[in-house]
Amino acid sequence: MKKPSLRSVLPLLFRYVAIMIVLLFTVGPFLWLLSTSLKSAGENIFAYPPMFVPQQPTLDNFFRVVESQPFFVYLKNSALVAALSVALNLLLASLAAYPLARIPFTGRAVLFIVLLSSMMIPFQLLMIPVYELAISLGLQNTYLGLVLPHACTAFGIFFMRQAFLSVPAAIEEAAIMDGVSRLRIWWFVMLPLVKPSLATLAVFSFIAVWGDFLWPLIIIDQPSLFTLPLGVNRLASTFSLDWRLVAAGAVFSIIPILLFFTFTQRYFIEGAMKGAVKG
Amino acid sequence: MSALSLRGITKQFGKTETIHGIDLEIDAGEFVVFVGPSGCGKSTLLRMIAGLEEVTAGAIKIGDRDVTTRPPSERRVAMVFQSYALYPHMTVAENLSFGMRMRGVAKGVIAQKVQMAVEMLRLAPYLDRKPGALSGGQCQRVAIGRALVQEPDVFLFDEPLSNLDAELRLKTRLEIAALHKRLGKTMIYVTHDQVEAMTLADKIVVLRDGVVEQVGKPMDLYHSPANLFVAGFIGSPAMNFLPAEFMALAEFNQAVFADGSQWLLGKKDAPVGKVTVGIRPEHIRLDRSSAMRARVNTVEQLGATAYLYCSVAGQPICIEVRGVIDARVGDEIGLHTAPEHIHLFDAQGVAI
Repeated sequence: MKKPSLRSVLPLLFRYVAIMIVLLFTVGPFLWLLSTSLKSAGENIFAYPPMFVPQQPTLDNFFRVVESQPFFVYLKNSALVAALSVALNLLLASLAAYPLARIPFTGRAVLFIVLLSSMMIPFQLLMIPVYELAISLGLQNTYLGLVLPHACTAFGIFFMRQAFLSVPAAIEEAAIMDGVSRLRIWWFVMLPLVKPSLATLAVFSFIAVWGDFLWPLIIIDQPSLFTLPLGVNRLASTFSLDWRLVAAGAVFSIIPILLFFTFTQRYFIEGAMKGAVKG
Repeated sequence: MSALSLRGITKQFGKTETIHGIDLEIDAGEFVVFVGPSGCGKSTLLRMIAGLEEVTAGAIKIGDRDVTTRPPSERRVAMVFQSYALYPHMTVAENLSFGMRMRGVAKGVIAQKVQMAVEMLRLAPYLDRKPGALSGGQCQRVAIGRALVQEPDVFLFDEPLSNLDAELRLKTRLEIAALHKRLGKTMIYVTHDQVEAMTLADKIVVLRDGVVEQVGKPMDLYHSPANLFVAGFIGSPAMNFLPAEFMALAEFNQAVFADGSQWLLGKKDAPVGKVTVGIRPEHIRLDRSSAMRARVNTVEQLGATAYLYCSVAGQPICIEVRGVIDARVGDEIGLHTAPEHIHLFDAQGVAI
């Protein structure tokens, strides 16, 4: 067999090194977090040189997290808020996106530009008026208060509009000729055809809601309504910063995202690729 | 009473007018073909009849109902699209019944209508398949079936064979013709293919730039085209056009070409002056003794027929010859056409 030349191996080697560097920056912090969460109390987590693999791995930190804080309540709250927010965002964003993509009406282009512009305003700028609005509506310390800001996002509308635009117009016209109403066309024809985009949006929204810290922090002060990020934050303050516990809490809160992504990965990648091509 | 009547139909997209006041009467049970080159407005006209495009001005009547502003669902028309436009996530059976289910038609009626379409179009083996698992021809049959179950007053076909290969196109064309014969319903069919138009139509509507150039039976259009455009569009290969000077003589009239050569026109009459002579390739005979000479530039042998591409008075012409021909490139040949097969057009391109 011919020995591969250095010239043919070098680009491959370079590619692998580049991937390893990217991996180090992306997966590295998570693995470090996981490592810290598995280290026992007898181990110095600040030792130099740092030890990546725990010498006495233990799940004790996780048990302590669950014992010290009602983490399963936080998990339930997070799951409920995420499920409601994602479901509402999928439903309302696609409902708003359909006419923007397909039904001509006066001011449609302006409305779309306004919508796009709203995506450029950071939440921190809107935080106070939204908070005041939420308080006036009596949404403090309610699930609804947590869900509403995520219930129909500008990004979701934009994303679904692009998805609907990719469906051939003739299919919709065939349904119109069939005497089907617009609402039924949306539900029975258009939505099934943009399933990959819906799955992608579901993952995006889930990650955004699950990891949201700022809004729950300002709208919720009852611990029974805390979501996981607030719970993890509480660990930091209660135990004068026991990093093992914080790490265990963070890992605990990340696991559902990983599970969700695993199940929707196929759609997610398909949808993301489609978005990349059809913009 | 007409099955469909169009009165002064115009269509504007922004400031651009694409359909310029079309009047048309279509009788019940007629198979009408809208034909014309790309961008002539034939599909737009069909979509206006369907209700998928708004009419800028004019009126559309189906039977005695004015449907100009009515939505598609209230017009009793069904449309078959070029791209089939089947619902990809539904099976053939679901595709056929979807519209009726959405309109709340009774289950028994749905089953009966679907069964009728399935039998007529031989769709039984594919009922549980999704469109992705069907061939182009099968997809188009399902699309026709979907129109069939709506039991419309008027069927609309928007270039339904364009996405099929040559063999399937012929087969499906024959099926559509048989379907029309069996149902006896009014059908409007859009195509840019004049062969489809000639073979399917009871009546052809030739369109150009949003204007009707001529309406008539296929053979009327073939024998008596109203102008140069229709003459060139109907017939394959296209009619040959030669600019000439019309001369009226005592015995017979003649067309004189730029190089001085002449074509005898018999008693065919026209105002003296510039004309365009139109002769179909299949109406030119080879005649060694003829004074009308041509130089062969290309020979295409197809077996049953041969095409000679020649020059006459510096103008290219095509000649269709039955059987095999032994003419070669560079040969000089004599041509003859019976005067009744010669068409004359005035300077504006209008038939004389």
